[in-house]
Amino acid sequence: MTRENTQDPALLRRLLRAKDRMDAASHEDWPVDRLADVSAVSQAHFARSFKQAFGVPPHRYLLTRRIERATALLRDTDLPVTEIAFRTGWQSLGTFGRIFRDITGETPSTVRKRARAAANALELVPGCFLSAAQRPELDIAVLEKRRRIAAGINRSDQ
Amino acid sequence: MNQGVETVGLYVRDQDEALAFYVDKLGFKAHTDVRNGDYRWLTVQHPDQPSFQLGLFKPGPPMHDAATAQGLQAMVAKGAMPPLVLAVADCRAAYERMRGLGVEFTQEPTDRYGAVDASFRDPSGNGWKMIGKSSH
Repeated sequence: MTRENTQDPALLRRLLRAKDRMDAASHEDWPVDRLADVSAVSQAHFARSFKQAFGVPPHRYLLTRRIERATALLRDTDLPVTEIAFRTGWQSLGTFGRIFRDITGETPSTVRKRARAAANALELVPGCFLSAAQRPELDIAVLEKRRRIAAGINRSDQ
Repeated sequence: MNQGVETVGLYVRDQDEALAFYVDKLGFKAHTDVRNGDYRWLTVQHPDQPSFQLGLFKPGPPMHDAATAQGLQAMVAKGAMPPLVLAVADCRAAYERMRGLGVEFTQEPTDRYGAVDASFRDPSGNGWKMIGKSSH
């Protein structure tokens, strides 16, 4: 069973559990063996099954959740950027800043300024859905994104 | 009669399992349970909301061909169905009670935007946000 629409619903339900666990604790480390355990599938099959189900590899999904969480903390708190980096799962401020820029195209402090200026209008949407709506799209690898930016390639022109 | 939305349905993987979940764990009451061959019209109702029924429907014949039913089951199992929101008086108390009954929570109660919210899934994969008033 390799076609996308033929994955067993029982398997999908277990893969969803791994995705939920990353959502709930994206600051934690999620090596494949830990995720595979949650989904009760072999490590060999986990990453491929997850990508087939959700469109992105598990590690890349985790990055989008961390950036989403960091963006929310930049917007909603006065925590220093260093503190936000550690709280969202990065080991160093440098790595956080670089990945954040690679994914969003902006620095954390720019995002903080702009989010605050644009606040208020969205108050009627439950917060959890609002944050999901602001989740960065990461449908290509970070390295590929960097390469394309370096090469001056605009994704919308592809 | 009141005008407005009367029934909205969820897709579930197993109607008996879903009925037990919504009645025994969430406190809904069975409202309508009618069968016609393979088809089963099943709804539950929140005790505080007598004008609204939540349908618990299983994809399949006669409404869906096999491939469509499989696709819908996959969507439900992947958590891809639309958001659901359950209002409760006290989110933390409801969380403790439901967790004790074995409900699969995906987010613990969190203070946010002047309210407390938590998240759980039904056995099929439908995701609920549960929101209650802030305690302060």
